[in-house]
Amino acid sequence: MRLLTHNMLSSNIKGVTNGFPLLIEVEKVVEKQVDFNEDFLRNMFAKIEWKALVEASRTMGYTELPENSESSMLNSDEFLRKFHHALLELHLEEGALVCPETGRKFPVNKGIPNMLLHEDEV
Amino acid sequence: MLSRTAQIRLVSSHPEVYDPCDDSFALVDALLADRANLVEHCPSICMEVGCGSGYVITSLALMLGKDSSGCHFFATDINAHAVGVTRKTMEAHGCHAELVTTDIASGLETRLAGSVDVMVVNPPYVPTPEYEVGQFGIASAWAGGENGRSVIDKILPVADKLLSDKGWLYLVTLTANNPSEICLQMRKKGYASRIVLQRSTEEENLHIIKFWRDLDTQLEFLDCHSGVMAIGVVTSVFKGKRVAQKHG
Repeated sequence: MRLLTHNMLSSNIKGVTNGFPLLIEVEKVVEKQVDFNEDFLRNMFAKIEWKALVEASRTMGYTELPENSESSMLNSDEFLRKFHHALLELHLEEGALVCPETGRKFPVNKGIPNMLLHEDEV
Repeated sequence: MLSRTAQIRLVSSHPEVYDPCDDSFALVDALLADRANLVEHCPSICMEVGCGSGYVITSLALMLGKDSSGCHFFATDINAHAVGVTRKTMEAHGCHAELVTTDIASGLETRLAGSVDVMVVNPPYVPTPEYEVGQFGIASAWAGGENGRSVIDKILPVADKLLSDKGWLYLVTLTANNPSEICLQMRKKGYASRIVLQRSTEEENLHIIKFWRDLDTQLEFLDCHSGVMAIGVVTSVFKGKRVAQKHG
């Protein structure tokens, strides 16, 4: 699971109002190189919750992202490379995503988060 | 020349996962028929709901090709085995998708709203008793409840929420699903529609419908009732979800 996916996931439990971002419990992180594409990063920048990405990447052991961001930073190649690495190259292979409101854990196995709910959570 | 669809020998399988059948091939053929438009569309995010073996989303990634390195793919399935198989199928073809085991797009709906440029769905469309719907094994690939519409009718509002302003939806339907009523429902949400491919056999009569947002919905209204033009009508010996259901 890339942090792109993490940035797009929120707790889907019935009644939860503050389900984003999900906390990350790390068991295993892998890094995989991905072709660098500026256009995609520029397209996605507006859709990314920056704070959530910064916190998630720190949890995964990557501390290079600036605390705050603004669109003018997209002119910097150095910034784009860091953004690219955090968003697409860090994978949570094993671990869990945790609902910030209820503490409910969604397992991540073989890089795939399981967001299926129990009957009483739907 | 590089293959523009997934290769069957590289598609993984699992006893609890629906193998690619003629309905999958029909959807991929419809996407191929529309390939030039898809490339020109320059999608940033493509998504498949109900990815099964991964044959369709892998084919979509391959047909968009190197030009689409700026495009990322999301795929979901309610069947965890299917999502695992999709990962293997994607990897065998050198592709990647953001994979989530979930019911339709639950958990993604809030943050991914208005972001999906292309959505492909081969839903469980076979009419079955309602209690068969929403099982976690392979039955989730076909069990569609009354008129095969139970899951389709849940997917449509989610698609409406997730699709971007320029978003397209490709949906596999059966005559029994009442495709023109589906078009009508989507028209009320502001979508125009076109049948990209129709494929008939003894067992099933499939329509692959493409939906897109269109402000001028009133005029389109007539199209839907008079039956939209179908391109590429093919008749073949059909092996689809009905057959899988009998043997499953």
